[in-house]
Amino acid sequence: MVDSSLASVSDSAYTFSIVIYTLAVAAFAFEYAFGRTGRIARTSTAHRAALEGGISLATEVTTGVSRAERLGRAGLAATVLGAVLQIVSLALRAAATGRVPWGNMFEFACAVVLVVVLSWLWLVRSAPQLRHLGIFVLIPVVSILVYAGLELYAAAAPLVPALRSYWLVIHVISAVIASGMFLFSGLLAGLYLVRHRYDRSLVDDRPASRPVTALAPRLPTAAVLDSLSYRVVAFAFPIWTFAVMAGAIWAESAWGRFWGWDPKETWALIAWLVYAGYLHARATAGWKGTKAASVNLVGAFAMTFNFLIINLVVSGLHSYAGLT
Amino acid sequence: MALDQRLSTAPDPVETDRVQMGPRALARRWWRALTSMRTALVLLFLLALAAVPGSLLPQRSLSQGKVSAYYAAHPQLAPILDRLGAFAVFSSPWFAAIYLLLFVSLIGCIVPRTRMHLRVLRQPPPPAPSRLTRLPQSDTVESTLRPAAAADGIERALRRGRWRVARSTTGEVVELAAEKGYLREVGNLAFHAALVVLLAGVAIGKLVGYEGSILVEEGGGFCNSLQQYDTYRNGPLVQGGDLTPLCADLTRFSVDYEANLTPSKFLAQIRYTRQPGGPVTSYPLEVNSPLRVDGIRLYLTGHGFSPRFTIRYPDGSQFTDLSAPFLPQDATTLASTGALKLPDRPNADPGAPQLAIEGFFAPTAADLGDRRLVSVDPRPMNPAVAIVVYQGSIGLDSGAPQNVFQLDPQQIQRGALKRVDAANLLVGQSLTLPDGTTISFDGYKQWAALQVSHDPAQWSVLGAAVTALLGLMCSLGVRRRRVWVRLRPALQRTGDPGAGSVARPRTVIDVGGLARADSGRFGGEFEALVAGLPKTRRILEDTTRSGATFPAERT
Repeated sequence: MVDSSLASVSDSAYTFSIVIYTLAVAAFAFEYAFGRTGRIARTSTAHRAALEGGISLATEVTTGVSRAERLGRAGLAATVLGAVLQIVSLALRAAATGRVPWGNMFEFACAVVLVVVLSWLWLVRSAPQLRHLGIFVLIPVVSILVYAGLELYAAAAPLVPALRSYWLVIHVISAVIASGMFLFSGLLAGLYLVRHRYDRSLVDDRPASRPVTALAPRLPTAAVLDSLSYRVVAFAFPIWTFAVMAGAIWAESAWGRFWGWDPKETWALIAWLVYAGYLHARATAGWKGTKAASVNLVGAFAMTFNFLIINLVVSGLHSYAGLT
Repeated sequence: MALDQRLSTAPDPVETDRVQMGPRALARRWWRALTSMRTALVLLFLLALAAVPGSLLPQRSLSQGKVSAYYAAHPQLAPILDRLGAFAVFSSPWFAAIYLLLFVSLIGCIVPRTRMHLRVLRQPPPPAPSRLTRLPQSDTVESTLRPAAAADGIERALRRGRWRVARSTTGEVVELAAEKGYLREVGNLAFHAALVVLLAGVAIGKLVGYEGSILVEEGGGFCNSLQQYDTYRNGPLVQGGDLTPLCADLTRFSVDYEANLTPSKFLAQIRYTRQPGGPVTSYPLEVNSPLRVDGIRLYLTGHGFSPRFTIRYPDGSQFTDLSAPFLPQDATTLASTGALKLPDRPNADPGAPQLAIEGFFAPTAADLGDRRLVSVDPRPMNPAVAIVVYQGSIGLDSGAPQNVFQLDPQQIQRGALKRVDAANLLVGQSLTLPDGTTISFDGYKQWAALQVSHDPAQWSVLGAAVTALLGLMCSLGVRRRRVWVRLRPALQRTGDPGAGSVARPRTVIDVGGLARADSGRFGGEFEALVAGLPKTRRILEDTTRSGATFPAERT
């Protein structure tokens, strides 16, 4: 039985989380445009070379609290509030339906976005000087949440019998965590590519395109972004491996075989292979750097394709979208 | 496969002027190229790419019907794709070629690396570089003990911290070389080796495993033999007589529904025996909860209705309790279609016309008024059938396999089967054909689709997968790192004025550290390690400031 009043409060919390995240985007945009953080990147080639050697996260220490600084802090606080609202929204869905809150595409997307935001907050906690990058995290976050609300929304409902298994908890939560972290790593890899292009343009002494010159100088060094995106994948890859394994164990008891090349399974494997390739590429001469980062983005594409296209266009056994 | 520290495996540069190359040299060159990391990477991406058509095009192993539909929609393209194996990608030679090459490359990589790592495990950590201060991490502390005594304490502390330590003494100078994190490479090798075992397990499972599926009506049953199954797939090494004996009857099938008519529970109550005449056991078979007995698994994979009919021929002979499984066409209302074929008839000439019924079954029927039947509820509250009756030749003698859920449309087209009548029947109603035959609709039975699977290798696949995961976690989570400690006697100064207040340092200790993988947090670990070295202290002001306490090379 579904408690519809709880479900509607959950929907409101979801809407508010979008509003709050949007405010955070505005605050971070102001900070990014007018703040002083990240200006270190504009320093000399020699300084840049020194930075590229190590992966120090240090940036210029700002003195005093400027307006941009205050807005940046407010943006961070709003991000935390948005995450809390999202948690409340998912928890109320769980309470309304009496099951875990990742039983359809809408809930899955919300949970993945929450993982992205939490990964980001966790990163900022250990490296507060990266706070101004919040805008690059929250714009995709808001976009996904709005898309999910418009296109994927499914009213709170109980699960079909095939999903009633404790494997739903284990398999899907690991898939959610891995997806969110892969997505987060993909964002960092994208920023790495922007920063790298900017650095190349400085070295070659030829101007980069307008958006690159506008955004890149305030980004952390390429080495930092590369290392961060690698570490996120290195953390998420075993989780994804576990998610696929747990899915196989579940499939063995639900569908009669542990692997059957269902399109969802196939794309889970494709993404796994791509991220395995990424981990290797980062250690292979000729593949390091931009090529590896591109592989990372291909992985994020495979994860997105597996979620959207395979669920909505290609039919298979994983037809839990909850859409009609 | 290596994530770090891999020696260059690029093939030797080819000298263009050296035309002659022996077959062995050529083979070695190819082998080195195949086992190189770049080739492995390309194969990895090729494998991912090759799997894409298998997910987007219909696959025979998943749905023959969708492949047929694709043929109908793309009559030109489909045969070409078929010849390329695009409808059976995952069993096609080119897909196999990619993953077999990948695994050969992988084996060619892990065997020498395993040998190398075994050698490393037997060797002591490498000796300290001459200048520890040049290392990414370095520090200098001092101790009031003599070098050998200070080294004893430090060595004990390092060993307690599970470092492997090698000690060497040259004169009064003591050097400790310590290394830890060997588990990284062990995990890396275990991960890759486990993947090979996993693939072998999958292959063995395909060779000696089988699966069969069958529709069983309430009150009906089956035994585990390939002949009984509606469809089956058996590995090349499976003989019909090898099948584990098991017979099962479906006593009752039921579905529970939520208020919005989505199903909440499917339950097939079965009774089974492991040998004919043996003890009978009951088992509630549900989705997600297969019956596992003697290495075979019995699954509930689907359900539906079989309408029941009684047919009375004009000569007085009759069939009672005839039923045929109908296939659900709509999951929400369970509106189903199917066919009943009666090739034989009691006490009739072989040439007498055969009877065949094509029908539509609605568990809860609503008549829209125009004599069209629709189903409005998946629960059987007002079952009804719409039947179309044919007489003539069903065409079963031709030997060609027929779809049990429908009549052969060719027989109807060529007039061998003639439509004689049609009616909508509620339970208890009957239809009388022009020749006097009556067909009564008696109700329904439920049927369950059951699947039997046997894969003796799947436990080894699971074991390999778990090993691979643990190996992966070690390989990505453990860092291999080295620490060197060099203890030198401090130069003694004569007439030291501060000697009374602070014990004079007797040993200067240089510490250097190096992490060999992506090392986010080695700096912190190194600092903690240096701070925790026993019986040492930060160098005091006067000793650091005055170059006199240090040997000249230090400055």
